[in-house]
Amino acid sequence: MRLYAWAVYAFLYLPIGIIALFSFSAGRSASQMQGFSLQWYGRALNNPFVMEALWTSVRVAFLSAVLATVVGTMAALALTGMRGRTRKVFDLLVQIAVMIPGIVIGIATLIALVSVFDLVNPWLEGLTGWKLSLGTGSLVAAHGLFTMSLVVLLVRGRMETLDGALIEASGDLGATPMGTFWQVTFPQILPAILAGFLLAFTFSFDDFIIAFFVAGAETTLPIYVFSSIRRGVTPEINAIGTMVMAASLLMLIVAQLLLRRSQAQARR
Amino acid sequence: MTQSRARALLLTPAGLWYAAMLLLPLAVVLIFSFGERSAIGGYAPGFTFEQYANLPARFAAFRNTLTLAPVGTVAALVIAYPLAYFLAVKVSPKWKTMLLVLVIVPFWTSILIRSYAWIFLLGGKGIPALLESIGLDDVRLLNTPFAVLVGIVYGYLPLMVFPIYVALEKLDKRLLEAAADLGTPPWRAFLQITLPLSMPGVLTGSMLVFILLMGEFLIPAILGGGKVFFVGNALVDLFLQSRNWAFGSAVAVALVGVMLITVGVYTRLVKRFGASRDDVGLM
Repeated sequence: MRLYAWAVYAFLYLPIGIIALFSFSAGRSASQMQGFSLQWYGRALNNPFVMEALWTSVRVAFLSAVLATVVGTMAALALTGMRGRTRKVFDLLVQIAVMIPGIVIGIATLIALVSVFDLVNPWLEGLTGWKLSLGTGSLVAAHGLFTMSLVVLLVRGRMETLDGALIEASGDLGATPMGTFWQVTFPQILPAILAGFLLAFTFSFDDFIIAFFVAGAETTLPIYVFSSIRRGVTPEINAIGTMVMAASLLMLIVAQLLLRRSQAQARR
Repeated sequence: MTQSRARALLLTPAGLWYAAMLLLPLAVVLIFSFGERSAIGGYAPGFTFEQYANLPARFAAFRNTLTLAPVGTVAALVIAYPLAYFLAVKVSPKWKTMLLVLVIVPFWTSILIRSYAWIFLLGGKGIPALLESIGLDDVRLLNTPFAVLVGIVYGYLPLMVFPIYVALEKLDKRLLEAAADLGTPPWRAFLQITLPLSMPGVLTGSMLVFILLMGEFLIPAILGGGKVFFVGNALVDLFLQSRNWAFGSAVAVALVGVMLITVGVYTRLVKRFGASRDDVGLM
């Protein structure tokens, strides 16, 4: 049994390990280890296309995560303890957003936005000399849609475990509803909100399929990596992959710690 | 400000976001699926069932998806169950959290890069070279259904382990002790107590993995080498290469339709086995 578990962990981590190992190779072959060097990291970090794609990815991930966290938290607050039709509609929307395959969301967003832009652009251009196109905006809107739903689930889950007595006590002691929210409720749901933000950022940063459709002329890092793989594997891609995984790992550890703390608070 | 007005204000941004980026796009796909392809690609208005009648043209993509998705789900289940059992029942609490996190971590790192890693392992200098050294020549692994299957299991294993673990963790160990006291052999106790009680986790995990597999594009694109393609690959081709939006929309609607039917059947099963939705953990 223990041996089996080791084997499964090896299966999970061997491929990741191999990429990380090959990324330190001094040779030109992507699938062989020849000496040790950091040259491919230097190469990747000095490649203007990589840096451009990285910057696009970070910008999109940050903006979509901020918006998703704010809007998702607001919705979660409103939905907690709510009944009736509105609640049912929102529950359904969250479920649809999480369940529909990313690829369908991607194509649907692509054709809807292109159609809307085609309708709007002629007179918008006449009016302002400026027109709408796919790019950072559509990436942020599409990624945020999915991650907002994650934030709603996380924050609402936390809200439902809150101790109602604390909120009542705060009211009895004369705090205004706003005061109670900022001083009692908010600090307790903050870890869940931050974890939601980090998950949202990680999702957007790693997403390929939605971005592939709605990026327009922009190139995110996963799109860059995908098209490079199509042209053949290089040690440079190994170095980029290793850095991306290290960054996601860091985010995850922080998100885990925050969730753990939020759960520990809930138990107290 | 009344409470209901405050609620309405808090919900408005999310509602608008869902309307503009979820409901509108899905409605557009549905409308386009009844339209026609315009001469320059893209979409021309119309009302015809032609696109749906044309679906058999992409039969191979549906066949591959509907074979490899269930097979991949079952393979992931078979590999995940013993691990989940080990983590829930055998591991000391001291190590439990860390081992569990180690299972989940890969799921939240880029599936693109993790799939790409298998190009090395399955390619000429990887496992085939090892097989050659023990006398098995000319084994081709990359760009075969097997490669796609390995990628699938590898990619979605974490998602299968977690719900099963949660179900097994909740299992009342006293039931097993009672069974042992009454002289039940361990294998029977497993079949009659542990397995039925872990069914909710099994069903939740299988459903999650199956749904995600139905929409898969990356793994077949990277490890299938254009020979093993899913509906997702057909969709990319139809929307980004041949720009046949009307037909592509019909394929997308058919995909979601097949998914909904499967989920419907599954939900029935889950209800029968008394699973709760809370088992679906995000992390």
